[in-house]
Amino acid sequence: MQTGNDISAALRPLDLAAPALFTAFLKDTAAFALEDGNVAFSTSGDTRSVAAHPDAGILVAAAEKDAVLTGGDDGRVVRTRTDGTTELLGETGGSWIDALSSGPDGAVAWSSGKKVSVRDRSGALFTTEVPSSGRGLAFVPKGFQLAISHYNGVSLWFPRTATPPRQLSWKGSHIDITVAPDARFVVTTMQENALHGWRVADGANMRMSGYPSKTRSLAWSPDGKWLATSGADAAIVWPFVTKDGPMGKPPLELGVRRSRVERVAFHPKAPVVAVGYADGCILLIETGSGQELLARRENADSGAIAALAWDGAGMKLAFATRGGAAGVVELPKV
Amino acid sequence: MSDKIPVTVLTGYLGAGKTTLLNRILSEPHGKRYAVIVNEFGEIGIDNDLVVGADEEVFEMNNGCICCTVRGDLIRIIEGLLRRRGKFDAIIVETTGLADPAPVAQTFFVDEEVQENARLDAVVTVADAKWLLARLKDAPEAKNQIAFADVILLNKTDLVTPEELDEVEARIRGLNPYARVIRTVRSQAPLSEILDRGAFDLERVLSIEPAFLEADDHDHDHHHHDHDHHGHDEHGHDHGHDHGHHHHGGLKHYHDEDVQSVALTVPGDVDPDKFMPWVQTLAQEEGQNFLRWKGILAFKGEPRRFVFQGVHMILDGDLTREWKPDETRTSKLVFIGKELNEDALRKGFEACAA
Repeated sequence: MQTGNDISAALRPLDLAAPALFTAFLKDTAAFALEDGNVAFSTSGDTRSVAAHPDAGILVAAAEKDAVLTGGDDGRVVRTRTDGTTELLGETGGSWIDALSSGPDGAVAWSSGKKVSVRDRSGALFTTEVPSSGRGLAFVPKGFQLAISHYNGVSLWFPRTATPPRQLSWKGSHIDITVAPDARFVVTTMQENALHGWRVADGANMRMSGYPSKTRSLAWSPDGKWLATSGADAAIVWPFVTKDGPMGKPPLELGVRRSRVERVAFHPKAPVVAVGYADGCILLIETGSGQELLARRENADSGAIAALAWDGAGMKLAFATRGGAAGVVELPKV
Repeated sequence: MSDKIPVTVLTGYLGAGKTTLLNRILSEPHGKRYAVIVNEFGEIGIDNDLVVGADEEVFEMNNGCICCTVRGDLIRIIEGLLRRRGKFDAIIVETTGLADPAPVAQTFFVDEEVQENARLDAVVTVADAKWLLARLKDAPEAKNQIAFADVILLNKTDLVTPEELDEVEARIRGLNPYARVIRTVRSQAPLSEILDRGAFDLERVLSIEPAFLEADDHDHDHHHHDHDHHGHDEHGHDHGHDHGHHHHGGLKHYHDEDVQSVALTVPGDVDPDKFMPWVQTLAQEEGQNFLRWKGILAFKGEPRRFVFQGVHMILDGDLTREWKPDETRTSKLVFIGKELNEDALRKGFEACAA
């Protein structure tokens, strides 16, 4: 790595009480969902913590514009705002919250076992049951529709209608799910170290394989033309430029290193992807040129990168590691 | 290895005493904290801080292996428990009475993250001394649970006569001669016999002699099956499941028509270049019928023992410790499974001799 390509000195470490499994920027505030049930907010160096799940752990989290949503092993779904107030959105009676997603206009979706719930801004609650545990949830960017991954495929559900969910089928265990920003494609991660995609219009299948490990992080470029993924010793970035998606096209392999990519986060404005590795290293990589910028040096003690997120302007990158390290990298102004 | 979380799987037919055993494990003053994974619809009344409900959701891997079924819910729950790592020392998975233990075990071989963080310690099956014989006749699950086990609690022994008890144990032996059988009342077994067994730890597979021979310190050479039952078609029995004859250590020796065990020995070294391809092909072609299989091999020119274990088509093997000077280098395989063709297995294994 050339010295000119190293901005790791601009990293400001944060002292969090427990490892964070999720991070997001709420305007200028870096928010972290911690394994110990707390949500931490950090605004220009000042960090405060809110007990979102007292005496419990956070399993899943998502972000809204000015709040963090968390689901815990206490069976509660909680909204925590930057002012420190919390709101209980749902309760299962103790069974774990398996997946969580924020939707349009203050809507929230969560799943616990086979039961999937959506709560809209007015507080109206809609529920459905999927064939096996709902493992991943993603709102479709158009309309009020939820995509749910489970065994043997995906259910596309309109919560406000009585119509049974449309099924996209493919045998196997589908874990995480994402929908393209233009709503044309649905992509899941699978147990067999592969991704599976469907073209929503006609249900055409796409198989994206070749990963040595499971993919657990997915990020679309803001224009929806690229999908960055973890699970290999490089960020694997699939082209969704044409109407056929990535079928028959090779992906980009960015940031090849001797460590597995754990998290990916696309820059909100520039063609740059932040890539977090198992050894704690973070690189910022330009998709066109493959040029790399070192944002965090590898650090075996801190553990793998567990969470990565850009702020809205694309000037700050928040991260957290499995071992409990966390921080914010500020990009130098040019 | 040592910082991997040990996982004990408790199986057993309904009412055999699983929950009693579970509560005993949780309440004894051993200073260990357990995370317990139970079936959502199972019995309640488990007194523990960390109890997680599971759905026993089994799926088939897309790897061309039809018997490679995995508990996806278990992968998810273990991933979640890892976020609370400091809160417990070990995990106990209680399955429903109707569960097949294979998908639970295979989960620990198939998923990378589970494998990195947890290790299957043993499959413990609780059997009801009074009702097991009836269950073996009408419930294939009960038979699988016995055949698959590393430790079997033969429970409720106070409800049967000593003769009946010997009969049940002999039937268990007929299905699974390798498990440790502990006779109990109200699931009162010493926990050291149940926990931390390392039954799936290659380093701890010291021998694969039938458990009753080890326990009785018998002459091992006596254990040669000289029957030639290979499947249902070859013999015209129309009676029930059991037809036992000879005796071992005071117990009648039974042969079950569905589930058998085969033990094979090559007195000396085998050639790894012959053995490895043979065993891989065997896994592909017959793994479906093998519930559990194990081997300790002396490879030609290799000072260390090669130990392997299999669950259906999934194999796990490695070189372990060196053969000791006072040990005879010998190669052994054991199979517990269905429709085992002992002759073909023996010939195949003997052809690997170095």
